[in-house]
Amino acid sequence: MTSALITDCLTKRYGRRSALKDCTLDIPAGHVVGLVGPNGAGKSTLLQLACGLLDPTAGRIEVLGAQPVSGSPRVGFVAQDTPVYAGLTVADHLRMGAHLNPSWDGALAERRIAQVGLDPAQKAGKLSGGQRAQLALTVAAAKRPNLLLLDEPVAALDPLARRNFLQGLMELAAEQGMSIVMSSHLVADLERVCDHLIVLVASRVRVAGDVDDLLATHHRLVGRRRDTTDLGAGRALVEQSHTEVQSTLVVRSTAPIVDPSWQVDRLDLEDIVLAYMSGATGDGAGRVLEGQR
Amino acid sequence: MEWGGEVIEFHLDARSGVAPYMQLIRQVRHALRLGVLNEGDKLPTVKEVVARVAINPNTVSKAYRELEYEGLVTARPGLGTFVTRTLVGDSLSKHEPLRQGLARWLTEAREAGLDDESIEALFLSSFRAFSEARA
Repeated sequence: MTSALITDCLTKRYGRRSALKDCTLDIPAGHVVGLVGPNGAGKSTLLQLACGLLDPTAGRIEVLGAQPVSGSPRVGFVAQDTPVYAGLTVADHLRMGAHLNPSWDGALAERRIAQVGLDPAQKAGKLSGGQRAQLALTVAAAKRPNLLLLDEPVAALDPLARRNFLQGLMELAAEQGMSIVMSSHLVADLERVCDHLIVLVASRVRVAGDVDDLLATHHRLVGRRRDTTDLGAGRALVEQSHTEVQSTLVVRSTAPIVDPSWQVDRLDLEDIVLAYMSGATGDGAGRVLEGQR
Repeated sequence: MEWGGEVIEFHLDARSGVAPYMQLIRQVRHALRLGVLNEGDKLPTVKEVVARVAINPNTVSKAYRELEYEGLVTARPGLGTFVTRTLVGDSLSKHEPLRQGLARWLTEAREAGLDDESIEALFLSSFRAFSEARA
């Protein structure tokens, strides 16, 4: 299968500040990809590079096998806060979409508008947050893109509107087979809808992979205080914390860990994401030194 | 939304620690064991499931593939996924000898000096390693 998104040492700098640094990814097509990380980690920058709104400072990016071009009919983009034209009606949005996009699927647009209960005559400025998000998703999806990029689409929505939005999004993924990359803070939502995950911290990719693989290969080990420099082959330390007597580690290991001196626990996706975020701050290393004094 | 009365509904427990595709598999197996689903019954389509539960379509496909591999359902292209056998009473007869084996093991563990929590921890870690090795 071809790749939806490939980046190689992709870097974006604003002056001296790096928004994205040496980002190397290969996202297979046909997946729903979650992009997580703290504010300012580079999530929006990566999405804007992928839809051609930004140009890289260094490195390479390929979207659906080609260099990204702004306005490409093959790529749909829903920007942060799902912007719509406040003065235009819902129907105006669809007419404009049809006018601007040769690949416009009018039947899909009208079916979705009816399904989510939007009044075509309603001015977009009068819509609720959830309705606005549904309109923005409809306009992006009716282009029939091969790749749909969404920047924090559900961040501002209440739980019910969020669930409705994700239901619609997954229905589109199932019937159109489009690849989706969406950024979000809400890891619990991503755990439901994504089968692939990218964790960005401080402008760098900390981990990327298949969600089931990530869940199967990450473990929390709790045991007697010990040195963690040699964990054995095939094991990587993600995060560690120590007291005088106890060590708690988050470890990535492809083989199951059978060692009676550790209590081995499973992690959910949120635990894994948090481990990568806090493991990257050097906080864990600081605690080691403190313990060794 | 078309969602016939005769199909089952899935739900997801985000805090269960069980992978979503495995939750779907367990719900189908459970329905088969209880006789809620019978031979010839149709499972909801992938699109119907994701539009309802808001989960990844590949998760549903993966669960259905696994159920097909287990011989519980079969996919008929263009028609849907259908139940091919039930699980009612399937394993109940085997419970008693297994329970006796487990009781013998528990006695041995207690004689070796393990307390309740050690026994539980040993069972859970072995069970997990066993499941992971099979996965």
